[in-house]
This record gives sequence, C-alpha cells and structure tokens, in this order.
Amino acid sequence: MSLLKVEGLSKFYDRETKVLKDVNFEVKAGEFLSIIGPSGAGKSTLLRCMNRLVEINEGKVIFNGLDVGAMKKKELRKLRTNIGMIFQHYNLVPRLTVIENVLHGRFGYKSTIQGVLGRFTEPEKEQAFFLLEKLGISEHAYKRCDQLSGGQQQRVGICRALIQEPELILCDEPIASLDPNSSKVIMDYLKSISTEMGITCIVNLHQVEVAKEYASRIVGLKQGEIVFDGPSKLLYGEQIQNIYGMESRELITV
Amino acid sequence: MNAKQMRKNKWQTTIFFILIIIVTYLSTAITKFNFIDSIATIPAAFSWIFSNLLITEESLEKLPQILEKLGETIFMSIAATTLAAVVSLFLAIMGSKTTKVNQTFSVIARFIASFSRNIPVVAWSLILLISFGQNSITGFLALFVATVGFLTRAFIESVDEANQSSVEALTATGATYFHMISKAVIPQSLPQMLSWILFMIETNIRSATLVGILTGTGIGYMFDLYYKNMNYNLVALITFTIIIAVIAIELISNRIRRVIL
Amino acid sequence: MEMVKELNPALIKRKRNGQINIKSGNKIDAVVKWTIWILTFLTVLAFFVFDYTGFQIERAITETIHNIRVMFLEPGLSHFSWSEAVYQVGVTLGLGILATIFGAIIAFFLSLMAAENLSKSWLSNTVRIVVAFIRAVPTVLWVLIFAIAAGLGSEAAVLGMLFHSVAYLVKAFSESFEEVNPGIIEALRATGSSWWHIVVNGVLPSTFTYLLSWTFLRFEINFSVAVAMGAAAGAGGIGFELFMASGFYFDLREVGFITYAILVVAIVLEIISTRLKERYFPSSINS
Ligand SMILES: Nc1ncnc2c1ncn2[C@@H]1O[C@H](COP(=O)(O)OP(=O)(O)OP(=O)(O)O)[C@@H](O)[C@H]1O
Ligand SMILES: [Mg+2]
Repeated sequence: MSLLKVEGLSKFYDRETKVLKDVNFEVKAGEFLSIIGPSGAGKSTLLRCMNRLVEINEGKVIFNGLDVGAMKKKELRKLRTNIGMIFQHYNLVPRLTVIENVLHGRFGYKSTIQGVLGRFTEPEKEQAFFLLEKLGISEHAYKRCDQLSGGQQQRVGICRALIQEPELILCDEPIASLDPNSSKVIMDYLKSISTEMGITCIVNLHQVEVAKEYASRIVGLKQGEIVFDGPSKLLYGEQIQNIYGMESRELITV
Repeated sequence: MNAKQMRKNKWQTTIFFILIIIVTYLSTAITKFNFIDSIATIPAAFSWIFSNLLITEESLEKLPQILEKLGETIFMSIAATTLAAVVSLFLAIMGSKTTKVNQTFSVIARFIASFSRNIPVVAWSLILLISFGQNSITGFLALFVATVGFLTRAFIESVDEANQSSVEALTATGATYFHMISKAVIPQSLPQMLSWILFMIETNIRSATLVGILTGTGIGYMFDLYYKNMNYNLVALITFTIIIAVIAIELISNRIRRVIL
Repeated sequence: MEMVKELNPALIKRKRNGQINIKSGNKIDAVVKWTIWILTFLTVLAFFVFDYTGFQIERAITETIHNIRVMFLEPGLSHFSWSEAVYQVGVTLGLGILATIFGAIIAFFLSLMAAENLSKSWLSNTVRIVVAFIRAVPTVLWVLIFAIAAGLGSEAAVLGMLFHSVAYLVKAFSESFEEVNPGIIEALRATGSSWWHIVVNGVLPSTFTYLLSWTFLRFEINFSVAVAMGAAAGAGGIGFELFMASGFYFDLREVGFITYAILVVAIVLEIISTRLKERYFPSSINS
C-alpha cells in the first residue's frame, strides 16, 4: 500500500492564480523521492499541503489511508507528529540550546502543560543525545543554535525531525543555503535515514544533479503541474529542459 | 539633483521655517508666554537654586524618613511595572499579528492598550483618587494602567520581530499553540521585553513622584509638603535622593541590558 | 551513518539529582532568570510596604466602576463651555509646542557637542553626564523649582519641561549624527572645510528628516507632560481643568469630558508619530 497519495490536489492563495493544478502522485513507504522545478513552481506549497501547514483547496491528500484535508485539530496534531519536516533556513529557535531545539520534536507527544514546563523524560533526552552523536554534533549540544554553522544547524534540524519517530520526512530545499561540502554531508545523512531507518523522504531540490544522484524517483513540477514523474535514471536533458524552460537550462546545471 | 529641484527644496525649507515661527508665535500668544521674562528668569532661577537648594546638616536628620518614602515610591513603580508586564504579555500575544488567535481578540487587545496609554498617567491618578483615596494603591493602579498601555505596544513589536520560521517548524512537529508561544516566541522576545520593563521602571520612578504629589503618597508627597512649607533644604535633599535613585537604577539596567541583548 | 554504540558521558551535563540538564547555564540565561526573580520578589515585597490608609477594597472597586461608567458614558460640561475647553486644550498644546521647539533648538547645538564623530571626547562625555543628571530629576520638580523663581505660570512650565525635552533630544540627535556616513565627513574634511561647513553641508542634509521626526515624537510626549504640569504644578491648560473637576468640584461628567478631549488629541498625535516612525525608523529605538 502507498504511504501517501495525492489526488487532484489544487491550491490557490488568491482567487486568480492557482499555485497547484490537479496534482496526482503516490509515494510508497521507504521511497526517496525528489521534487524538482523552477522557483515559484509550487514545490514548497505542495510539501506544506502534505502536513497541512497550508490549507488544501481542492482534491485530497491521503496519508496512511487517512484524509489529511478532513482532519480535526487533534488528528492533525497526530499526523504532524508522524511527519518530520526539514527547512531551507533550518527554522531553529535561535536563543535556545541545540539539545532544547532537538527536544522540540517531542511536542507532538506532550500535553500543553508538559510542553510549556519543558518536561522531557530521561529516555527522550538520551535519545536526543544519541541522535546528535549519530549526526556528529554532540559536542555542540549545549551551545546556542545561532552559534553553529549552517551545516551544523541543518543537522540539528534533522535530529529534531528524527526524534519525532516519523514515518515520513519532508525536506524543503535542505541544502539551498549550504556550501557544496556541507550539502553532501546533509544529503548523505538523508539518504541513510531512508535506507537504514526505512523512513520515507520527500526532498524539494533546486539542483537536478543532486536529485539524480540521491533520489530513486523524481517528480518535476512546472507552474503547479506535474510534468515529469519517474525513476531518476529516466530524467534526461530534454525533460529537464521541459521542466525548467529552454533558456534557463545552462543556469541550472552549473 | 538639478538646480530646479534645489530651488524647490529651498522654498520648502523656507516655508517650513515660517510655519514653525507662526506656530511658535501662536503658542506664545495662547499660553501668555513672555519670552523676555523667561530668559531673564533663567539666571535668576539658577542663582536661586544655588543659594537656596542646599542640603544642610539639619535637613539630614530627616533622611531616614525621606528614604522610607523614596522606598515606597520605588516599590510602587517596580510593582506596577512588573504586574503590568504580565498583563501586557497576554495582551501582546493576543494583539500581535503573528500570534493572534483571532481578529476580534487582537482588536480588543490593541484597543485596551491604546486607551490606557493615551490617557495620561495624571488623568488616571485623578480618576482613581476619587474612589480609592489617598494611599499607595491609587498611585500603584495609575502607574499600572498607563504602563500596561505602553508595554503592550512595545511587546507587540518584540513579538512581531520574533523569527516566524521557528514557529512554523514547531507547528510542523505537532506542537500546540501554547507550546509554540512558550518555546519559540517568548524565548526569542524575552530579552527585548526585559529591556523594555527596565526602561519602564526608570520612567515610572519619575512618574511616581508626579503621581505622589497628586495622590499624597511616597516621595512626591514629601516633596510637596516641604515645598509648600518653603523648607528648601529638605526640598534639595529630596531632589538629590531622587537623582541618586534614578541614576542608580539606570546604571543597573544598563548593565543588565549589556549582558542580555 | 556511523554506528553509535553508546553515548559519551563526558558530553552530557547532569543536574544534582542525576537528570540530564538541557539548559546551557550561560550568563545570559542566568541574568535573565535572576532579573525576573528579583523583580518578582520586589513586587511581592511592595505590597507589604504600601500605605493602605483609608483603602477599602470593596468600596473602592464598586465606586470606581460606578465612576468610570459615569465618566465615560455620560460625559458633559458644567463649569465651562465647549469653546473654553477647546481653548484650554490649545493652551496645553501651546505649552507642549514651546517646550518642544525651544528644546529642539538647544538640543541641536548640544548634540553637536555630544556626537562622538563631530566633537572631542571630553566634551561629548561632559554633555552626556550633564544630560543624564538632568534626566534623573522628574519634570514636575523642575517646573516647581522654576515656579519659585518665575512664579506659577507658563514660563515656569515651559522652562521646566525644557529640561527633559533637551535631554531626550540630545540623545536622539547625537545618535543620528553618529550614524552619518564617515566617508561624507572625511571627504569634506579633505577639502579643507571648516567645522561649521561640515555640519551644514555634510551632516544636516542627511539627518534633517530624522531630527524632525524625533522632535515630533518628543512633542507627542510633551503633550501629556503638559497635561501633567497643568494638574500637578498649576501650569494651566486642560490638565488644570482636569485637576479642578476631579479634586475640587468632584464633577465626574466633566472629568469624563476632559479625559475624552485629552484622549482624542493624544491618539491623533500617536497616529502621526507612528506613521513617522514606520517611515523613518524601521526598527524602533528605546527611550
Ligand atoms: N503565503 C502565500 N501567499 C500568497 N502567495 C503565495 C504564498 N506562498 C507562496 N505563494 C505563491 O505561490 C507560488 C508558489 O510558491 P512556492 O513557494 O510554493 O514555490 P517554490 O517552488 O517553493 O519556489 P522556490 O523554489 O523559490 O522556493 C509563488 O508564485 C508564490 O508567490
Ligand atoms: Mg520553496
């Protein structure tokens, strides 16, 4: 059975312009899927429809057999607990420590009072350290987040997603603000998350080369429509041109 | 800039200064302000100050009493500011466009803030004096209400400035609204808010003197009493203790600010 | 991903009871925490120090609710007329305007002395210390002290209000001057311009709008100061009428009317100054 199913999804922020137009695709459990497309194609919007950070206007998103669009507040919280998210700008709370930021991933499991008082159990804290160790940043655990480099902050972001024990991780351009070395480190971690831990990953990317190298399947988005959906091996020059438009091809591949 | 535009600017500046002069003239007329008199007053006032506002040994005997009243005034401003800060925090979270629950609450919060801020603290103390009588509570409440208005506006700005992306991230983990407020918004805006609170304590000590004159409490009452009795040595001593207190508090808050901001 | 067998205990900070600590315990957090605790403690203490003479909570609350209802729902005038009210508001505005304009003129010269990039450091430090001293004395005390020498009236009020206006504007103006691009000043200096030439041609054009905005922001403050001086120091204007209505005639309707009048003016001034702030100061500045 597929983990996630998107059926006839449409989205508009204002009446005139549809950002997503009748998007259909399925994601199987354990897949490493990459969504590519030019700026403004609607990649971020599509990702945010999956955990309903933005409301769905038409069509359906079905996660684990449940209709995301129809969920009430409580179910929605549970859904979000099941879906981790990683952002281009890491979206950490700058004044708090690394370890606190990682533990924020546990809020989905907490009552309001527990969360507000910051009551985390010892196993949770140990797990947080375990994940930091795994991503090689445990020596920074007590530093303030804004004192870390971009690559390190993104690894904190990954830890925060992993501590949720999610089935699916959504990554919105995780390497767009990083240098090539850190980008490689981050992509390698994401890849191993999917292969070793069996967590499904959907990664928005700007760089076609990176998508082809890491993803098993690629979805190409152009002006809110899917123009390519298939194994990454089958994505050739012509389709790339189709996704990004003729002129910009040179710009993309450098 | 070409010559034509420069000439236009020059014209604007000239008109502007003429307007200022007219407004100033109208103001002197309506307030019956005599410019010559007031200039003549300044040297007279300073020579009066230096010959009469002297702290004598005799006046120092009253120091313990004065300090007690000064203490009351300082406590009044700290208590009013701290409690106002708690209320303002709620109003600011309700009123800020990034954390509001819904539009109605937001408008109500902003309305309360604007209402209590724009009625001067004197008006509040006179209004409250009628029913509360001459005691510390009157002054405390007057300062409290005015401070709520001011701090709510300042806090709304701090909350708005807090980085929205971490709020989005927390929402995505399945956090509740209160998790998000307490762990993403407040940690980011707290130092800024604290700085505003310290600023407001300084301001309120000065306002508390004024409120004290009207409500007959604290150091303001002492000042008024000896001022009316023309005991200027004590007036000098009281003024001096206020200066010391305000500067001390300013120095402390500057040190705190330097660490936290 | 490397396999992690066990955690490195040296990296984990623990509390005394053995639980894992998640706070870094740095200086900033500690200062924030202590400031909050001390303020809370002092606030609680305050209620033991307060003087409760003649304070009866139930009576006070019911009476306040009643008074406020009368004031704000049934405002009216009895001791003076509408035109008189407008005139008194005008007087208060006039006091505020005079204190602001004279204050701005004096502050302009002083802030040239206080700005570090235009002045010598001993001079700028002296001005700053004097200004801090002036700020520490509440305006009402300045007014009352001047009233002894000049007699109660608009002269004493304006002169007294002048002090804080100057102190506030010197701080604001000198900070604006210090933000002037050093390149402009250097370029003019290189051409052998005199100090006044630098100020008039280099500093003023780029800071003029800021100075005006700050002056207006001070005017907003001075309006409520003028109300206060009317009430507490007999300076006349709408503040004095408020004092009479509430403390002398106990006329709640009139208090309500006057409060509304003050509120309207204050809100208009606030709207204008908020516009100015949004336009010229994207991030707000303390004090
Ligand atoms: N909150 C919003 N309100 C209104 N319009 C929006 C909003 N968010 C995005 N849009 C619009 O939706 C379209 C798609 O935006 P989206 O951010 O999904 O694109 P993207 O593919 O992620 O682009 P990028 O690669 O630049 O991140 C854009 O035209 C954008 O202007
Ligand atoms: Mg995007």
